[in-house]
Amino acid sequence: MTTIDPHAASAPATAGSGVAGVAEWLTTTDHKRIGRLYLGAAALLLLATSAISVLLGIERISPTREWLEVGSLTQLFSLQRFGLTYLVLLPLIVGVATAIVPLQVGARSLAFPRLAVSGFWLWLLGAGLGIYSIINNGGPGGGNRRFVELFILCAALVMVGLLATVISLVTTILTTRAPGMNMRRLPYFTWSVLVAGLGLVVALPVLIGDLLYLYISYRYQSLSELSGNRALAQWAGFGFTQPTTLLFAIPALGLFADTVATATRQRLRPRGIIYTGIALVSVAVFATVLQAPATLRPGFTSAARGDQLADLLPFLLVHGLPLLGCFVAVALIAKGIAAKPKVIAPLVFALFASLTLLGAVAANAVNHVGDAALAGYTFEEGTWLAVVFAGVLTAMGAVAYWGPKWWGRSMPLKATLPLALLAFAGAQLASLPLLIAGFANQPGAVFATVEAGIDPVTKVPNDLVVNFDYSGPMELWNILSTAGHALMLLAVLAFVALALRSFLKGEAAGDDPFDGQTLEWATTSPAPYDNFAEVHIVQSAEPLLDLKPANRSDA
Amino acid sequence: MIALPSAPAPAPRRQLLVGTAVACAAGTALLGGMLALYLRFREVAIDSGTSWVPDGVNIPLVPANVMLCAFIPVCVFAQWAVYSAKRNDRPHTGLALGLVALIGIAYVNAQAYIYAQMELPVNEGTFGAMFYAITGVFTALVIAGVVFSAVTAFRYLGGRSSDREIVAAHALYWYFLSVAFCALWFVVYVTK
Repeated sequence: MTTIDPHAASAPATAGSGVAGVAEWLTTTDHKRIGRLYLGAAALLLLATSAISVLLGIERISPTREWLEVGSLTQLFSLQRFGLTYLVLLPLIVGVATAIVPLQVGARSLAFPRLAVSGFWLWLLGAGLGIYSIINNGGPGGGNRRFVELFILCAALVMVGLLATVISLVTTILTTRAPGMNMRRLPYFTWSVLVAGLGLVVALPVLIGDLLYLYISYRYQSLSELSGNRALAQWAGFGFTQPTTLLFAIPALGLFADTVATATRQRLRPRGIIYTGIALVSVAVFATVLQAPATLRPGFTSAARGDQLADLLPFLLVHGLPLLGCFVAVALIAKGIAAKPKVIAPLVFALFASLTLLGAVAANAVNHVGDAALAGYTFEEGTWLAVVFAGVLTAMGAVAYWGPKWWGRSMPLKATLPLALLAFAGAQLASLPLLIAGFANQPGAVFATVEAGIDPVTKVPNDLVVNFDYSGPMELWNILSTAGHALMLLAVLAFVALALRSFLKGEAAGDDPFDGQTLEWATTSPAPYDNFAEVHIVQSAEPLLDLKPANRSDA
Repeated sequence: MIALPSAPAPAPRRQLLVGTAVACAAGTALLGGMLALYLRFREVAIDSGTSWVPDGVNIPLVPANVMLCAFIPVCVFAQWAVYSAKRNDRPHTGLALGLVALIGIAYVNAQAYIYAQMELPVNEGTFGAMFYAITGVFTALVIAGVVFSAVTAFRYLGGRSSDREIVAAHALYWYFLSVAFCALWFVVYVTK
């Protein structure tokens, strides 16, 4: 049964100005505003963490000249990992999804909008206090016990906030679709959000539970096994690395499919197999739930058949199926490009995001082959960066695509396209050299076990790495990776500036500027407070294409 | 603007119920993850030959058993509330919701009694910290359930008698708590 709220949400009486306007934004229940709050805050944090990434890269290039204080390196690497994963990647995706999914499914509002906006404020509070705790010598590797504890609580708070918004999103998709929109008629992006959302509903609470144990461990000094930075990496580290993070970037595939269908004006088929491919990527969540790395142990090829099977089955489940799903989805969607699409910036962003994600999923599988001996080296970091930047490219593409529905103005194609190329080049430069350096045994930054030290808080051995004694060809990889971070920072800065310019004085967009197929293009640009003037009946997966036979390539 | 065929707006259905189900799935993952880690640490302690429960610490099992038994009437009363709400029987719906909340409060009281009887400091080894963490999280979920019961009662008795979905969602939440406590009781209180 599909339903839609028959009660048109009442819009705020007037668009307030000054204090009233700010209060209106702070207490908004409009999903488009909640999404934009997430996007705006995450974009600012992306700029900040990109700047930190550049600084850390410079530190890596120059082992003899110490740009940064050695004692703060572990904290900065941890801040980069925590920041790019939970303050940038996930909120960007959640923000885009919050702003567009209700429009795509023909809903007038988000389910539980107050829960969603509470989630945003909890996330922001956690993010702010988490950064504050790291600045005050807290966080992983920090020497101030109170602020280390505060950081752990903040990390849990960030995840609770994101989980609240994700629950709201999943419920919206499951219950608030337009009449006739069954699950097989969901837009691809909405499907990918549903798949990722259900994975997050299972994965994030496991991480929150671990963080609660860690907090008690730090607070009461009671669990030696769960103390020190080793514990943070060992027990909560799975939430900051692959395959868990793969879940966060799944919507890249959905955006790719939607933009290809729009740009080629065709019905993207086979729908069921593309759905399945996208869904298979979320199988990676089993690694989180089962807390099993599913690694092919060293000497796998010479092991007994029974041992081989014991290793191979979980490996194929956790890493093989996501790779197969991602490959099938990307291949089938890309096949649609053969129909000579109209080149639009969102399509280019989405193509690059999907290719980057596919590369990351493949690299993640390689990383878990024991004989490749990549554990503890920068290969994992390179894979993680690829996932993060796949998410960033997705968010940029989504803003370029759905911006007209949020603020009624288009982003100029000529200026946006080069940014897609720049951001893609930055993403590849930042991650690929680290993958190569991983094969050359360059130690990883956070989740490796190279340098032995003493944790200043708990006095137990600290396994985090702050060793940059690199030389020879390593220097080249570090330079390239740093250049990639710098390019990415430049691309994001330019994109934010362009988006702001478009928001303030861009060219007015029509209701359907890209000749789209899905329901969000059936309302005005910008969409009104309650999205649709009337409830639409959906009779196919491409409801708008049915009305434009002249434009269809298959007409 | 493109004109799609329009439809009369259907009534919203099951939004709260589905939302509660998704939240229960998240709660299951939370408690499941915590219990799994508890089991893992216990196994390590036992394998290494050390005592998992500190010497001299006695976890009173009788109140824990009573808490388990209390979840049976909780489920019955929660379903009674659904049954009565379907028949627009406001007095019985209110009574059933009130009884669920009352048993929830009794659960919190029993948990506090167990804490007091154990006399186990939080920093007394791995067991103590994990015991307080996991039972504390569950108690917080029960307190949320009591609040849910109160909100449901106020909404239903306050005039929204057609809003039966919240009563069903309330029952679902307490079913989740009941099943979760069965697992917690067996792992933490019985096998320790």
